[in-house]
Amino acid sequence: MRLYSLVVYVFLYAPIAIIALFSFNAGRHASDFQGFSIQWYGRALNNPFVMDALETSLIVAFITATLASILGTLAAVGLQGLRGPARAIFDALIYIAVMIPGIVIGIATLIALVTVFDVMNPWIENLWGDADNAPTLSMGRGSLIAAHTMFTMALVIIIVRARLGTLEQSLGEASADLYATPLGTFRQVTLPLIAPAVLAGFLLSFTFSFDDFIIAFFVAGSETTLPIYIFSSIRRGVTPEINAIGTMVMLASLVLLIVAQLILRRGDRT
Amino acid sequence: MTQRARNWLLIAPSGALLLVMLVLPLSFVFVFSFGERGPSGGYVPAFTLEQYANLPARWTAFKNTLILAPLGTLAALLIAYPLAYQLAVRTDPKWKTLLLVLVIVPFWTSILIRSYAWIYILGGQGIPALLGSIGIENVRLIYTPFAVTIGIIYGYLPLMVFPIYVALDRLDMRLLEASGDLGARPMTTFLRVTLPLSVPGVATGCMLVFILLMGEFLIPALLGGGKVFFVGNALVDLFLQSRNWAYGSAVAFTLIVIMLITVTIYMRLIARLQTGREDVAVM
Repeated sequence: MRLYSLVVYVFLYAPIAIIALFSFNAGRHASDFQGFSIQWYGRALNNPFVMDALETSLIVAFITATLASILGTLAAVGLQGLRGPARAIFDALIYIAVMIPGIVIGIATLIALVTVFDVMNPWIENLWGDADNAPTLSMGRGSLIAAHTMFTMALVIIIVRARLGTLEQSLGEASADLYATPLGTFRQVTLPLIAPAVLAGFLLSFTFSFDDFIIAFFVAGSETTLPIYIFSSIRRGVTPEINAIGTMVMLASLVLLIVAQLILRRGDRT
Repeated sequence: MTQRARNWLLIAPSGALLLVMLVLPLSFVFVFSFGERGPSGGYVPAFTLEQYANLPARWTAFKNTLILAPLGTLAALLIAYPLAYQLAVRTDPKWKTLLLVLVIVPFWTSILIRSYAWIYILGGQGIPALLGSIGIENVRLIYTPFAVTIGIIYGYLPLMVFPIYVALDRLDMRLLEASGDLGARPMTTFLRVTLPLSVPGVATGCMLVFILLMGEFLIPALLGGGKVFFVGNALVDLFLQSRNWAYGSAVAFTLIVIMLITVTIYMRLIARLQTGREDVAVM
């Protein structure tokens, strides 16, 4: 049994180790190790396409995670006190958002937004008067952030609601008895207690948005995110540079994961 | 402001986002699936069932998905269960959390990067070269259903281990001792006590993996090399290459319907398996 577990761990980590190993390859060919070198890390960090893609991914992930954790937390708190058909419809939508494959979300968003934009752009031009300088709506960072926020917000609602469910109802009542306003109760009682869940939701949303390929592939328009860059590079052939980027991305995810764990542990103790 | 009004205000922004970015787009897919392809791609309004009648043209993609998704789920389950059992039941509590985290960490790193690592391992200079050096020549692994299955198991194993671990970890050890004290052999204890009590975890793991696999694109794209493709790959082709939105919408809508049907049947089966136990863990 122990041996079996060991084999599974090797299976899980060998591919990651291979990528890390080949990122230090001195030779240009991906699968032929010719000595140790860190030159590909330098190349990757000096490649303007990689840096642009990284910047886009970081901006999109940060805005997505911020919006998703705020909107998701507000909704989770609001849903606590809501009953009846509105609650049932909202729950169903969250369930659908999480269950529908990312690829379907991607194509649905693409065709809906492109169609709506095609209708709206002439209107905007008319309203603007000056047709040449009128703003045009198109697929890009905005649509990508909106699509990512919709999905990750559903995740945040699920996580925060689980935490709210474990809280004592009497805490809020006690706070109200002591003449706290609803906002005061939220800020001084509820929020500190659900903070670890909100933060976990933020980090989860960030990681999801940063790693997502399939939704971005459809709705990012002419923008290139890091996963899109990596995917199109692999299509042209695996290079040590891609391995170096991959190793750095995995390392960054690992650090983020450890930070999240530490914060959650701390939250459990208080 | 009343309590009720406040609650409505709190859910309004997220409700609006769900309407605009989920309900509206999905309605477009539904409406477009009855339309026609424009002369230069895109969509022309119409009401026709032509797109659905044409579905058999993409039969291979549906067939591959409907064979490899359940197969991959089953394979992941068979590999994950013994590991989850070892971790939850047989491991020193001191090490439990660390070993579990080690299983889950890969899941939180990019599936794109992890999948392409297998291009190395299964490609010409990987395992086939090793086999060649011991005299087994001309083994082809990459761009086969085998490669895609390995990629699936690798990608989704952590997602399968976790819920099974949680179910087994909650298990009351005294039940296993009682079973042993009453003369049951270890195998009987496992089959009659441990296994039935872990069914909710198994059900959750299988459902999570199966749902994600139904919409899979990356693993077949990277490891199937255009020879083993899923519905997801057909959708990328229809929307981004041939720009046939009406037909693509019909394919996407059919995929959703197939998913809903299989998941519903599956949940009914699990519920029946669990007669008397209402608390089937779904999420």
